[in-house]
Amino acid sequence: MTYIPISPTERDAMLKTVGVKSLDDLFDAIPKKHRFPELNLPPALTEMEAAAHLGEMASSNENVREHLVSFLGAGAYHHYVPSVVDHMLRRGEFYTAYTPYQPEISQGTLQAIFEYQSLMATLTGMELSNASHYDGATATAEAVNLAYAQFRGKRKKIVMSPSVHPQYREVIRTYSQGMGLEEAGDDASADLEVGPEALMSLVDDKTMLVVVQYPDFFGRIHDYTKLIEDAHSKGALVCIVANPTALLMLKTPGEMGADIVVGEAQPFGIPLWYGGPYLGFFTTKKSYVHKMAGRLVGETVDVRGNRSYVLTLTAREQHIKRERATSNICTNQGLLALGCSIYMSVLGKQGLQEVANLCYQKAHYAASELSKIDGFGLCFTDPFFHEFVLCCPKPASEVNQYLLDNGILGGYDLSKDYPALQNHLLVAVTEMNSRDEIDTLVEILQEMK
Amino acid sequence: MATVIEPTIFELSSPGRRGVTMPASDVPATALPPKDLLRSDLPLPELAEVDVVRHYMKLSKFNYSVDDGFYPLGSCTMKYNPKINEDTCRLPGFLYTHPLQPIETVQGNLALMFEMQEWLKEISGFAGVTLQPAAGAHGEFTGVLMMAAYHKSRGDLKRTKMLIPDAAHGTNPASVGMLGMSVVTIPSDSRGNVDLEKLKAACDDTVVGMMLTNPNTLGMFDEHIEEVVKMVKDCGGLMYGDGANLNALLGIVRPGDLGFDVMHFNLHKTFAVPHGGGGPGSGPVGVSQRLVDFLPAPLVGIIEEGDHETAPLYGFVTPKQSIGRMKAFHGHFGGGLVRSYTYIAMHGPDGLKDISQYAVLNANYLQARLRDTYKIPYDRICMHEFVMEGQFEGSDIRALDISKRLMDYKFHPPTNYFPLIVHEALMIEPTETENKDTLDRFADALIKIAEEAKSQPELLHNAPSTTLFGRMDEVKAARELVLCCWLPENYEQMV
Repeated sequence: MTYIPISPTERDAMLKTVGVKSLDDLFDAIPKKHRFPELNLPPALTEMEAAAHLGEMASSNENVREHLVSFLGAGAYHHYVPSVVDHMLRRGEFYTAYTPYQPEISQGTLQAIFEYQSLMATLTGMELSNASHYDGATATAEAVNLAYAQFRGKRKKIVMSPSVHPQYREVIRTYSQGMGLEEAGDDASADLEVGPEALMSLVDDKTMLVVVQYPDFFGRIHDYTKLIEDAHSKGALVCIVANPTALLMLKTPGEMGADIVVGEAQPFGIPLWYGGPYLGFFTTKKSYVHKMAGRLVGETVDVRGNRSYVLTLTAREQHIKRERATSNICTNQGLLALGCSIYMSVLGKQGLQEVANLCYQKAHYAASELSKIDGFGLCFTDPFFHEFVLCCPKPASEVNQYLLDNGILGGYDLSKDYPALQNHLLVAVTEMNSRDEIDTLVEILQEMK
Repeated sequence: MATVIEPTIFELSSPGRRGVTMPASDVPATALPPKDLLRSDLPLPELAEVDVVRHYMKLSKFNYSVDDGFYPLGSCTMKYNPKINEDTCRLPGFLYTHPLQPIETVQGNLALMFEMQEWLKEISGFAGVTLQPAAGAHGEFTGVLMMAAYHKSRGDLKRTKMLIPDAAHGTNPASVGMLGMSVVTIPSDSRGNVDLEKLKAACDDTVVGMMLTNPNTLGMFDEHIEEVVKMVKDCGGLMYGDGANLNALLGIVRPGDLGFDVMHFNLHKTFAVPHGGGGPGSGPVGVSQRLVDFLPAPLVGIIEEGDHETAPLYGFVTPKQSIGRMKAFHGHFGGGLVRSYTYIAMHGPDGLKDISQYAVLNANYLQARLRDTYKIPYDRICMHEFVMEGQFEGSDIRALDISKRLMDYKFHPPTNYFPLIVHEALMIEPTETENKDTLDRFADALIKIAEEAKSQPELLHNAPSTTLFGRMDEVKAARELVLCCWLPENYEQMV
């Protein structure tokens, strides 16, 4: 199959204009001994064959819509995506456009990003949002970069709660390996029962940033207002990693006084897609806008007096500042930010509240029924939203295997990341889980020997 | 007051309007958390489904896209995105698999990722590939982290300088800056190659390596590439290849064979992942043998060998001295890898070579047609793109004016003002998916615009005049910083 729209006659005419005899003659600058290697790749498929081949690969997976009932979350959530979202994303005008560098002919993308920024700022209770990052983990790493830039390297300590997503903490460690940071709190064997205020013993006048999660990795809801006040009194900034579905119901990080709010917006209209691409959101206070990485769209007018939008504050970015740029980032997750906006718009205020309420109600029903089973119980007593830690009578990996044999994708096995939590499953429940599914989960675990 | 062509989604909202509704709860009710843990208000838009559809349909029509027409944006490889890829990446088996599922239940995904790693190795001549990086710049950062880790593992701690040609993308120095290394800029010579004398003078035992885009951003393949690589290696440095311009090299030459140690792929350029209005991209990274142990974790590997009856069991493996994890989960699987896998599978080895040959033919054809009208400062056979000056002697017309005027001729402008080493640069990359008629119409338009620049310069100064929106006041945007719909229009300038 080829997508090249040039006939042999046209090709020959073009070669003549260029002044060479053959296509191969265009490559004389390439060292001869390495020119035109034989590539050992499978022969080309037609469209019909490719569709069949990919169909086969896809159907050799067990997916959570057709084969498995899922109670797995841990940073990626199975939610309903209204039909409208993908219909709009399939408009070629959106998905085959580039970054809106030419605003006169990119107002669709630009206005959509401006609306996305407004929606995310409203959701998190913050003053502004950028145009998005690669995912929740890298958005969190960018919060560290912001804090580092804010203190110009004079404060180099970061305090991270062990109840921040383990993969997010890993990404921060990777990103910061050239920065010479001092890291505290990032200890998976710490006492996980204590409240967020315990982190304050680690915060000092060298601390640039405190990172906590809301609800935390174990699903618990903490009010961070006091922690933030105390951290501010030491001069440190606070970043909250938040779940967007939970923010539809819970007190906003903005109200608690957070300086930066980041997170994974995959729950808002983006399929599980085996982990990506997802959508990292980043919102903050106006005073940090110049230190923030990522694209930003601002309102203006055109020469005809039309309200319009442009990329703004680009002087922070790599193509102008080069090695002094706030970050090397030159993309956002444009199409997925659009998908997120459409998801929020078509469900609207009330539909979104219904989603959040269903998640909350079903998760609490599941938690209550599961904890009635002999040998099972809830690990923590704090309020939770749609995810909770279930203590099991045997290792979590065995429980999960038993569930999988019965067509259920169990929770996340916490022993992988927390040595003290060997028999502990992180269970997620969303609006996609019916009462029947929850009851079946309970019945199967009751029968487990 | 400014005229509003399309209100924002907030302005379109009307309290009480409903879009998609959710089912009633089927479980006994639980009390909500205490009031002090709840938000007091959720001031989000309220619209009906038809309102939402018409709003976004309208916005889509404000855009110019590859599906609309020619988009010769240099260094961005705006090729046609095959429609079949949109279907394969949305197959339920891909859409509805969770990244943390047990590997036994996602062997299709893992097989696809494993094959993709193998194919990218074969195409580029590298020994290892990670699929994790989310975009080109993210891949670059990954590559530079590995270079730093390599020297550190050998106890070679004095290496802090990265050599970067003056023609490089801004992401190269920015990636280096993120690691606190310093940048030494290497100038280009009169034929657009790396200046060998200057390179030689910069090579010493403090060099981490060199980041080279080849073909470079002038569209020139470096005529002394083997000497460049040798000089950097002789001083103990590593060679980084910026894969932004890989569309010129498929089946033509493999960067690994030329001696590069690390290179990022831009699946959204070379392998037809649509650009999505600015993302998501996908930026896998290939490395030579001496860097394979430093790749980010995890990679996809074979956990149990198969035989002629059973397929192997694929799973995740961690390289010995891995730099760590670059993002949550496994990379841009659905929107990136599945689309590019489909694209490579449908091209095969000969089809890939055709892509690069025709991309280079199209660029040279346009260059030949425009050579007599526009100054081309580095004029020789180019690769997949070329750069010309958007200015004329005795005229105040600039590259920006030419770009805006092209919109009146229904074309997307080329990249302008890049690379920085060409005055009033217009960087043109036609890609292989344009026919001769389109290229001729584009060349004719540019020739006509050059005439207009002399006879009716106001047409260019005032361009575009036929589009829905005219030129924007970018200073106002930066000064007033209105970044959200709900902020008042007289929002004060930020500190």
